[in-house]
Amino acid sequence: MVKKEMIAMLLAGGQGSRLGVLTTRMAKPAVPFGGRYRIIDFPLSNCINSGIDTVGVLTQYQPLRLNTHIGIGIPWDLDRNVGGVTVLPPFERNINTDWYTGTANAIYQNIEYMESFNPDYVLILSGDHIYKMDYEVMLDFHKKKGAAVTLAVMPVPMEEASRFGIVVTNGSRLITEFQEKPENPSSNLASMGIYIFSWKILKEALMANADQPNLDFGKHVIPYCHEKNEKIYAYEFNSYWKDVGTLHSYWEANMELIDIIPEFNLYEEYWKIYTKSQAVPPTYVGNDAYVERTIVGERTGIYGRVYASVMGGDVLVGEGSEIRDSIIMNGAHIGRGCYIEKAIIAEDAVIGDNVRLGTGDEVDNDTRPDIYNHGLVTIGERSVIPDGVSIGKNSVVSGEFTASDFEGGALPPGSTLIRGGERR
Amino acid sequence: MRAIGMILAGGNSRRIKELTKNRAVAALPIVGNFRSIDFALSSMTNSHVQNVAVFTQYNSRSLTEHLSSSKWWDFGRKQGGLTIFTPSITDDNNLWFRGTADAMYQNLSFLKKSHEPYVIIASGDGIYKIDYGKVLEYHIEKQADITVVVKEMEEGFRSERYGCVKMDNDNRIIDFEEKPIITSSNTVSCGIYILRRRHLIELIEKCAEEDRHDFVSDILVRYRDVKAIYGYKLDTYWSNIASLEDYYRTNMDFLKKEVRYFFMIDYPTIYTKVDDLPPAKINTGSNIRNSMIASGSIINGTVEDSLVFKKTFIGSNCYIKNSIILNDVYIADNSHLENCIVESHSTIRSDYYHKCEQGIDVVIEAGDRFIM
Repeated sequence: MVKKEMIAMLLAGGQGSRLGVLTTRMAKPAVPFGGRYRIIDFPLSNCINSGIDTVGVLTQYQPLRLNTHIGIGIPWDLDRNVGGVTVLPPFERNINTDWYTGTANAIYQNIEYMESFNPDYVLILSGDHIYKMDYEVMLDFHKKKGAAVTLAVMPVPMEEASRFGIVVTNGSRLITEFQEKPENPSSNLASMGIYIFSWKILKEALMANADQPNLDFGKHVIPYCHEKNEKIYAYEFNSYWKDVGTLHSYWEANMELIDIIPEFNLYEEYWKIYTKSQAVPPTYVGNDAYVERTIVGERTGIYGRVYASVMGGDVLVGEGSEIRDSIIMNGAHIGRGCYIEKAIIAEDAVIGDNVRLGTGDEVDNDTRPDIYNHGLVTIGERSVIPDGVSIGKNSVVSGEFTASDFEGGALPPGSTLIRGGERR
Repeated sequence: MRAIGMILAGGNSRRIKELTKNRAVAALPIVGNFRSIDFALSSMTNSHVQNVAVFTQYNSRSLTEHLSSSKWWDFGRKQGGLTIFTPSITDDNNLWFRGTADAMYQNLSFLKKSHEPYVIIASGDGIYKIDYGKVLEYHIEKQADITVVVKEMEEGFRSERYGCVKMDNDNRIIDFEEKPIITSSNTVSCGIYILRRRHLIELIEKCAEEDRHDFVSDILVRYRDVKAIYGYKLDTYWSNIASLEDYYRTNMDFLKKEVRYFFMIDYPTIYTKVDDLPPAKINTGSNIRNSMIASGSIINGTVEDSLVFKKTFIGSNCYIKNSIILNDVYIADNSHLENCIVESHSTIRSDYYHKCEQGIDVVIEAGDRFIM
């Protein structure tokens, strides 16, 4: 009989709407990060590096990119005879056909998948975070404590604790109380959304709460286990962990990678991050180019000047262009003579010649000031920006445009220019 | 594809000097992340040749390590795939491969049990991109016995390193000289041949009977007037790594836009073993001009007209000019390297100075390395 001690279930179905146009056509875990990776590469690489060779990836929102990225799991060595990676979309059944309505509901709908591996433990992960973590050490903790459920937690500054789900523990790390975004937190240990469940406990809890609408781990399953007096422990994690949930935190996390010795080090040999890549030619830096404080993916051609930026692969920066403090994703082409400051340019966007991004003052965005802020200019995937236009700070542009779309050749700060939305 | 592929990657070349001390010519690193055999393998897979054998002998470990998984070139197939033939002791034979024809003879069963009607023979040390489908069409159209891919060289090329051919107006090869000192022809053989599989088996068996071992001198040259041997002119980039100068020049050619685009950007491209390296990191104080930087590298100094291969560290205030820094090299601060090839895994101490005044020097330094 097939037997896996621990399998992982990776929740990758969420949209991540606070990333704005970056997630119009892909789920958040598929969003590129750090030049050549996608966010999901981090938990997937953690799995294989921790010795977990069976991973179910639950997809729902815009799954195409994720599906093609994951494939049969070759980049992560997750192409296995038994186990490996399996993409698990919602499916139709005789009764109770439903989308995944909540994190735990998605897991509930895949009980059959988990059961087929006869696991002792199930690791629940989300595909939204940048970190390196050895789940095997967490499992050892779980076993040593004889826990029913173990939550990974990390200390956050006390003044920020009210933004998180906080746990209160006793001296032996047994959780005594949960506080969801508390006004007056009595601890600064925040839950990271990473759980190890003993399989029997998880299965029982999911079955018992099956009818709960929008069944969620944080809101329903963990409190249910707590009420039943199951032993829930907190495993403290003290290394780099970044939630890239908003455009600004996403931009910041990318920018941290260009520090001289980044806090999150991708250059270590022993805990590699794997990703799908086919061709790997080096990057070319031209004769009149200048590059500093920048990380660059493969097969990029830089003919202009680039300062303090994160660039993907297959990017082209034309002669005389200057780029500062920006994220340029795979396949984006920047024309000649552009000036680009604090921009996020998504994959395969084409920026014409003499375009200026990030002009003017910081004015609140006219539609979603909660998303497009901190002076960032965001250009959506496959957008086409015509020659000679300028786009102000806190603006978002997505779609194919010509010069006639820009009145006076300029888009004032805080504007929203989105065309098409989803591709037909 | 109606052909199987055979890549001859067994040879050694003393003219490449130190760089082939520990590796086969076919395993020489090229342009950052590639090895020279990747070009032959990628042309095969891009032409849908599904069944490929690689013959290796000299320093074969470097090559078998590189080819440890065939999936990078899409050869992980149920039908066919990639096979590596190294010399082996059998009941009938306890010798090394005594030549290219002998290598094929010792593995004749591979040829015999295949069912594709044609065979493509290619060398493992050429840098090129070719559609074998077109060569095969040409071969059939000319009703040739053997088709040889040829390339016209510029005046003043070093003929003593190449097989030189003369062709008539119909591109039939009328003369074939192996590595002549002086020649009136500037057309050379690229070491890529197509012929019928059964025909090859016959020729190889005949060679073995006569105790002859070399495909070029004992088959092509010897049969040049008997068989209909045609030349297929390759009009795209081709370079053979036969000497240190060739190796240096070929790598440097990739700084030219047309060469870079031809191999790296125009579909189909060249594949290689994927190494899972982080992006290249270019820190403050760097000044890079007309250079290629491979992934996993960290640059802090000046790099001009040079190639920096993967996982290399270049310290602050370094000056690298007209040089090739192979993979996993550590260059400490304030070093000056000009017209050099730095062997992989070298560790160069700070304030090192090496400027080669004439030609190219290979720098091999095994200093102590302190890991941060």
